[in-house]
Amino acid sequence: MNRKLIDSIIEKIIFLCGIIAIVFVVLIFGFLLKEGFYFFKDYGVFKFVLGQYWYPSSSPAVFGVFALIIGSLLVTLGAALIAVPLGIMTALFISELAPKGVRDVLKSIVELMAAIPSIVLGFVGMVTLVPFIRTAFNIPTGLTAFSGSIVLAFMAMPTIVSISEDAIRSVPWSYKEGAYALGATKWQTIRRVVLKAAMPGIIAAVMLGIGRVIGETMAVLMVTGNASAIPTSIFDPVRTLTATIATEMGETVRGGLHYRALFAIGLVLFSITFIINFIADLFLNKNSKKG
Amino acid sequence: MHKIKFYIVLITFFVIFVSCSGTKRENMSDTMQIKGSDTIVNLVQVWAEKFSQNNENLNIGVTGGGTGTGFAALLNNTCNIAMASRQAEDDEIDLAKKQNKIYKEFVVGLDGLAVLVNKNNPVNNLTIEQLRDIFMAKITNWKEVGGEDRPIVLLSRESNSGTHMFFKEHVIRLNDEKSKDEFSLKALLMPSSQAIVDEISQNPNAIGYVGIGFMESQTKTLLISAKGTTEFFKPTIENVMLGKYPISRPLYLYTNGEPTGIVKKFIDYTLSPEGQKVVVETDFVPITTNNK
Repeated sequence: MNRKLIDSIIEKIIFLCGIIAIVFVVLIFGFLLKEGFYFFKDYGVFKFVLGQYWYPSSSPAVFGVFALIIGSLLVTLGAALIAVPLGIMTALFISELAPKGVRDVLKSIVELMAAIPSIVLGFVGMVTLVPFIRTAFNIPTGLTAFSGSIVLAFMAMPTIVSISEDAIRSVPWSYKEGAYALGATKWQTIRRVVLKAAMPGIIAAVMLGIGRVIGETMAVLMVTGNASAIPTSIFDPVRTLTATIATEMGETVRGGLHYRALFAIGLVLFSITFIINFIADLFLNKNSKKG
Repeated sequence: MHKIKFYIVLITFFVIFVSCSGTKRENMSDTMQIKGSDTIVNLVQVWAEKFSQNNENLNIGVTGGGTGTGFAALLNNTCNIAMASRQAEDDEIDLAKKQNKIYKEFVVGLDGLAVLVNKNNPVNNLTIEQLRDIFMAKITNWKEVGGEDRPIVLLSRESNSGTHMFFKEHVIRLNDEKSKDEFSLKALLMPSSQAIVDEISQNPNAIGYVGIGFMESQTKTLLISAKGTTEFFKPTIENVMLGKYPISRPLYLYTNGEPTGIVKKFIDYTLSPEGQKVVVETDFVPITTNNK
């Protein structure tokens, strides 16, 4: 009797722990929706999303996030273009080509990279990367979307490497043996067999990496220059959605229009990451069905 | 045996906790939070240190975040005094009234904004009109103001900074209240005055503004003329006090209603000759008696 009681209590506690994550996500989303909804009612969705001017402290205040959305997407795209090929190559090298000693060292270094706090990356970027980019590309300032992309690529790399390495390693040996038996070279095997079989996992890794990049704040804030003009190239300064929330949340008064505008930005960010996670999930499911 | 040890530790923690919370309650009135403008955070910190030397039980916390942050904190009851580098705006005052609060304002010093460029930039002085055109991106190349053929990179502070608002009102809008002029969208909004100094010291294209407390030897300070004139002045303490340097402003402390107790004592201290000496020591400009 007593044992059964303890059993059922512990079961309930574990259930509660499991359900808590869901409750929090729903609460956060509900809160964002509520504050964002008030803002959209007062200000208008299209004026907000397509507006090109962000002057929150003028009177009347102007809240147009189009340039900020473009800024976030540009920095993220740049980071993806750098981190994805580099990350996948690294994963391939670790799982297929590297001798055992090198593989272990490389793996632990990549894991260490994931542990570097973003503010440290941002600071190092600001002091070393920014002046370098200005002189190397001969542009007016080194505080550009490109600098942000490089710093963020460093942050996305560990995620992409470790998850796609898992995917590559879970390709069954029999596939490779089959390819070799047919006379394929190592490169042919990797390209036509291993990469193909691991593709869903690799795409999920890329999506998770990008999800991390688009939500990153401090490192970007320090190196992208935060100018809210619509960028014409990757060598222009940009302002991201996250940086805007981070720098302006301190000045807003609870319940004011500016406060709610920042929540509306949060809603935009949430939607973007939601879409990315959704796509990643789609590929992950496809992967598990195959395996 | 282990259980006994455990209880002893537990009881010790309990005793410490109770005694701590006891002393805290006694000295509740002797903790003070000051929040707001990053411009004067250094000055107020020195005031707080010197003031609490004479009041041993006093705990003063001084944090920055921007003038707007200070006003918001005063309304949310998370600080006793707000530091401000501009006056409270009408909508901020209205919002306070809605919550039955009244801001009480004290001018505690003066500040000038220095306009900085890279050391290798040959430009030495600008009229305030040229400065305005530069920050509105009507002038985009240094050669238009007598410099080299280089693009101009604008460095500004974040919009929650009192420095940003002050520059907008006094330079971009030239004190015209009806003006709707804004900073160019191309202006880079930097997270701190130090970040502006850092970027200027390594970028020959850049121009930016900081409080005169922030002037550094790694950068060059431009001489600026007042509206409609061509006599240029350096942002020195004398020039600000005499009103010759055009980009200068008062610095404020705000309290919620008439200050009482320790808050009043602190404000009185800042205005005393001793307190004003600290203003000079931290590179700001003291208020003269006839200013008061």
